[in-house]
Amino acid sequence: MATLEVLDIHSFYGSIEAVKGVSLTVEEGEIVTLIGANGAGKTTTLNTISGIIKPRQGRILLSGQDITPLPPHEIVALGICQAPEGRRIFTRLTVLENLEMGAFLRRDKDGVKRDLEHVFALFPRLAERRHQLGGTLSGGEQQMLAIGRALMARPRILLLDEPSMGLAPLLVREIFRIIREINAQGTTILLVEQNAHMALSIANRAYVLQGGRVVLSGTAQEIRHNPEVRRAYLGEVS
Amino acid sequence: MYRLMNRSHSHEGIRQACARGALVGLVLTFVALIGVFTAFATIYVVRGVLSLSQVLLALGPLLAGRAQKAGQRLSWREALAGGLSGVVAGTFVGLLALAVASVNMRAVLVNATPQLVRTLTFGLPLGLGVISLVGFGGLLGAAGAGWVHVPSRLRFSVALGLGTVVVLGALRQNGLAPVLAAVVLALVSGGAWLYKRQWQELQTSYELFRRRNESLLAVLRWPLALVFLLAVPYVLGTYGTSVLNLVGLYVLMGLGLNIVVGYAGLLDLGYVAFFTIGAYVTGLLTSPRSSLGVGLSFWAAWPAAMLAAMVAGVLLGIPVLRMRGDYLAIVTLGFGEIIRILVLSDSFKPILGGAQGIIEIPGPRLGGFQFVKPQHFYYLILLGCLLAVIVSRRLADSRVGRAWLAIREDEDVAEATGINIVKYKLLAFALGASFSGIGGAIFASWLHAIFPNSFTLLVSINILSLVIVGGLGSIPGVIMGALVLVGLPEVLRAFAEYRMLAFGALLVIMMLARPEGIWPAKRVREELRRG
Repeated sequence: MATLEVLDIHSFYGSIEAVKGVSLTVEEGEIVTLIGANGAGKTTTLNTISGIIKPRQGRILLSGQDITPLPPHEIVALGICQAPEGRRIFTRLTVLENLEMGAFLRRDKDGVKRDLEHVFALFPRLAERRHQLGGTLSGGEQQMLAIGRALMARPRILLLDEPSMGLAPLLVREIFRIIREINAQGTTILLVEQNAHMALSIANRAYVLQGGRVVLSGTAQEIRHNPEVRRAYLGEVS
Repeated sequence: MYRLMNRSHSHEGIRQACARGALVGLVLTFVALIGVFTAFATIYVVRGVLSLSQVLLALGPLLAGRAQKAGQRLSWREALAGGLSGVVAGTFVGLLALAVASVNMRAVLVNATPQLVRTLTFGLPLGLGVISLVGFGGLLGAAGAGWVHVPSRLRFSVALGLGTVVVLGALRQNGLAPVLAAVVLALVSGGAWLYKRQWQELQTSYELFRRRNESLLAVLRWPLALVFLLAVPYVLGTYGTSVLNLVGLYVLMGLGLNIVVGYAGLLDLGYVAFFTIGAYVTGLLTSPRSSLGVGLSFWAAWPAAMLAAMVAGVLLGIPVLRMRGDYLAIVTLGFGEIIRILVLSDSFKPILGGAQGIIEIPGPRLGGFQFVKPQHFYYLILLGCLLAVIVSRRLADSRVGRAWLAIREDEDVAEATGINIVKYKLLAFALGASFSGIGGAIFASWLHAIFPNSFTLLVSINILSLVIVGGLGSIPGVIMGALVLVGLPEVLRAFAEYRMLAFGALLVIMMLARPEGIWPAKRVREELRRG
């Protein structure tokens, strides 16, 4: 049974219908990526899954349970946690405080401590800067912190929104290496990316979004070799 | 070439000295035209000799001369530049006096009176007065320039002595007698001169003492503070205690608003509404003349007042859950006004009394003991404040406090982190309102009567200001803020309407010089230092 099932959701961004009937599934242990141009509805889809936006139509199931009407904090409690777009961290809190805030819902102090060490092991740079304010970190470090904070909720499914945005190529590669590592350690990942090339290189499966609809789906391998995708998203000149 | 550069350099110096003088001259002119000098002319610092307006007038050229960049030692150039600034400043005031004396400008400038001319010219004939203004300006400007080069020990003692004389003299009816002023100056300056070193030694030895007895002091600190707080009304007397009671009520409300604004970051401009609700519920429940006519005791009424304020807090909170920043401020502002207009309105007059308010509200009674004097209410208010401090402290360090912190820092991220925004926002509104409700209950039973015009927007603004001036999110900050913003204007009453002017200036200076507040929360201080 699929871990996460999105069934024909329609969501509005203000008065604009940004998502016009998206369906997708994410299986346990997978990395699934949503690629597409600006304004294709990728972020809106993600925000609908995490409950920040409520769909006008359609349902979202987590292991068969309907989570569509739940408020965001209950969805986090059920194991879906999002690292929002644009490296949204608490800029005026320290790195450590940011990470502790990520574990807000958890009450197992020992587990939180272990996960903190785990995050610091994944991102040694954050460990060095643990008492620095979030706002003083570099762009790449802020992105690491945003991912680390989401991990502190110990999610079953991690939603990542454009983790490569605005980062230098070397850092992008570093971030994607870590995403793969997180996945290898057992966290399912739904990844929204504009950098289709990088996303397809680590994902198992992919959905291509255009104008709020899924226009193509399949294994990352298939999508990567689709001539349409190659022309539109991978920058190949035909 | 060198000579040329040097000359243009000194030209630049002259220009700057004139500019400084002109700036001070303009400020003095402005201060004169809003009527400060005329009002201060009758406040004597030294009886029959020196008035507060003369002190203010002298301060101008002194500062103008002082303002230049000082070299290693006093040079004739510096002294001349200072003198020049002083002359320019004096000339401005002199010209003002001449203008006011020769042209009648009272139609536009209400304060341009013959009295102003007399004040500005020290009661001398006009020509002589203007000349002495310019002359004194020059001398004071030069003195200001030299002031920097006075050895610091002497400078400190003289400044302290003069400052003490001015403050004591201005606060005392008719000022100090000349002999007394001389004695105070000699004692304070002399004392400061002799004891400046000892004072430093005293500080270091206290520091040593403190370090050595840290554990003892830690044990004694709270009992000592409590004894001090309990003893205060006996020292202050009736008037001082009622001022302190007012400060205490504002501390109580400030702590409540601090939860909403300081902890949760929700800007609330209608906070007076909960104070109003607390006061009116108490009035309705306790006054035998009220429409309810139940005549409960204060002790039965205050929990109801608190609860009513909490419910109102939640009711306000629900519609503004999705609002942020300026929008939230406007809606809460409206809420405060709605409550005030409701209690004032004719349609609710049979219940709430309209403009006549509610009267004959009984004071609290404990067994056979009736709360009457301000000193009695002091203890009631103190109890409320202590409770509020304890609740605030416990909350700030708790899980709830962390949720508020997250919401204040970034609501979207807080939501994505799994924090229940609705629950914690409403909790902040309800708790904040409850403190204010208790404040209103005490207020009503203390004054025995409540009227709608006690519950204006100004109260909200005052509370918000004291929270910000004290330091957002800081409990000691709220207390300091209330002392400064509520206590100081009462102490400054001698200055009549100018107290608000001085007070406003103080606020502006304060926020420029110390934007983090008097006693900022640790986190805020760090942010502002690093940022």
